[in-house]
Amino acid sequence: MTTTLLLQVVVSGLLLGAVYALFSSGLSLIWGMMNVVNFAHGEFVMLGMYTAVVVWTAMGGGPWASVPIAAILIGTLGVLAYFLLVRHIMRGPMLAQILGTFGLALFLRYGALWVFGANFKTLPDDLVGHSFILGGIRFEGSRVLAGAVGFIVTVLLHLLLTRTSVGSRMLAVSEDATAAQLMGIRPQRMQALAWALAGAATGIAGALVATFFYTSPTVGETLAIVAFVTVALGGFGSVLGALVAGLLIGVVESLSAFLIGPVYKDVIVYAVFVLVLWFRPQGLMGTT
Amino acid sequence: MMTSRRLLQLAVIVVALAYPIVTSGSPVWQRLGALVLLAAISASAWNIVGGYAGQVSVGHAVFFGIGAYAAVVAFVHLDLPPILGAPIGMLLSVAVAVVVGVPTLRLSGHYFSMATIAVGELVRVLSSTSDWLGGAQGLGGPAMPRTVFDLSFVSAMPYYYIFLAVLTGLLGLTWWIERSRMGFYLRAIKDSERAARSLGVSAGRYKLHAYMLSAAFTSLAGSLYLCMFGFIDPESGFGILLSVKMVVMAALGGAGQLFGPLIGALILVPLEELSNSLLGGQGAGITFVVYGAIIVIIARFLPSGLLSLLERRPHPGTKAAPANPNPASGHAD
Repeated sequence: MTTTLLLQVVVSGLLLGAVYALFSSGLSLIWGMMNVVNFAHGEFVMLGMYTAVVVWTAMGGGPWASVPIAAILIGTLGVLAYFLLVRHIMRGPMLAQILGTFGLALFLRYGALWVFGANFKTLPDDLVGHSFILGGIRFEGSRVLAGAVGFIVTVLLHLLLTRTSVGSRMLAVSEDATAAQLMGIRPQRMQALAWALAGAATGIAGALVATFFYTSPTVGETLAIVAFVTVALGGFGSVLGALVAGLLIGVVESLSAFLIGPVYKDVIVYAVFVLVLWFRPQGLMGTT
Repeated sequence: MMTSRRLLQLAVIVVALAYPIVTSGSPVWQRLGALVLLAAISASAWNIVGGYAGQVSVGHAVFFGIGAYAAVVAFVHLDLPPILGAPIGMLLSVAVAVVVGVPTLRLSGHYFSMATIAVGELVRVLSSTSDWLGGAQGLGGPAMPRTVFDLSFVSAMPYYYIFLAVLTGLLGLTWWIERSRMGFYLRAIKDSERAARSLGVSAGRYKLHAYMLSAAFTSLAGSLYLCMFGFIDPESGFGILLSVKMVVMAALGGAGQLFGPLIGALILVPLEELSNSLLGGQGAGITFVVYGAIIVIIARFLPSGLLSLLERRPHPGTKAAPANPNPASGHAD
């Protein structure tokens, strides 16, 4: 009985963690590649969530419709953010980056408040099939889908970066943009591509999260902190690190919510994070 | 040149002192003045570690919240005037700064920022679970002032002058540090920590000192906030938005510059307050959309803050531009 219950908690944690991994991998990619911290990352997730809400209310579409749409929309948003803002503040002081992306966050967050209103929106529970029980463990359709897609897309993103020629070119730009340029790679094109990929991954994650989590204009703030913790834990720039850290945080969160109490789950997650920073500041998978 | 500078300084002092008297007919404007000064105190305190030492803390609300809670706890649990909690809050904040700073100041750049965010959130969540601190509802200060020492006034004018005095003291201290050996070291560390270390500057010690000093004054700002508002809860004491606002104000005016945070506060606080009161709860969305757009535009076009405008534009008479072969360069072209 207890073992089943514990297993249930771990499985829920892993499913949640896979989604954490997906929406953190975009942040990690940008951070590692350009050394830019996107403080508007949570708002990208939030807009992905609203995409799912709008797709459902406007045309009754489920995740199979909203996930691709969110990927395209938020990916485009990423490219726009890169060309209009990030490209210009990248070489500036770190403070200008915080200022610029935080301004963007406010703009998007309160723009959403203006357009969608402050009310929490939820998608119907049975949008993604019903829950089922397997080996004594209860699986909810929406979370299984979110976890599975999150895991697969994160792995694909990792493979894209490490196994393809485009990935190598992107990594070359992140290593040394000038040297890459001399090799015939256009740094701006690669960086814009990184923002497109990061945006698309984040949009997909948002559309998936919306199937089991409330959507509101300020939800991005909460999710952004999880993403920051995941990225720092996994190592900046490492998508694989984000995957491992995301799963770890998902499990730690649901275990501590179960064993100690829901209020303390964040405390444990932040405490783990501070300890990791202390003993291994480059993160689990990062290099110094 | 010297006289025009003196005149400007005199004008600023006169305006700063006369502001609440001139606006005494309008409590809203008086209150606004006090809020600008309070925001300027916390942003200037942040500036010591974030601007001068270049260690971008995004968790300074921890110290603000400690100050505010120390004040309210002094009243609720010890029945003392809230302001007597201020020194305790400052000591506690300095202690927390040491505990947080010793391990995290070793981390460079974004790592330090992330660590401060995590510590901030940790403290916020912990404070909302503590019954002693009033949990998520928070705690209130004295409903009715018992003595003048409760610093509980109906008018914003006394707060204005208290905040002005504290800000003046803080800016004076910052000015002194800027010119001292420590300020010199901090600039060296900010430019290149490795170079500073190799020249024998104990970077860790000076960064920590800047962090401790910064924490103490942020905490004082929190205690003063409590005196004026008479209420604190985890979100308004430890919320991440509060931390980010300190960064944004300082960066907007010019981080690492004496008057940068004050300039930032002078722009952002009225923008926020006025549009909130004009548009009410309904229009809050539009307010922050504009607020965000302004911040983005400034970051995009003036990455070093508004005060960099003054530096870039050569003053006629101050710079002789000796190596300039073009005599027509002084013309507007």
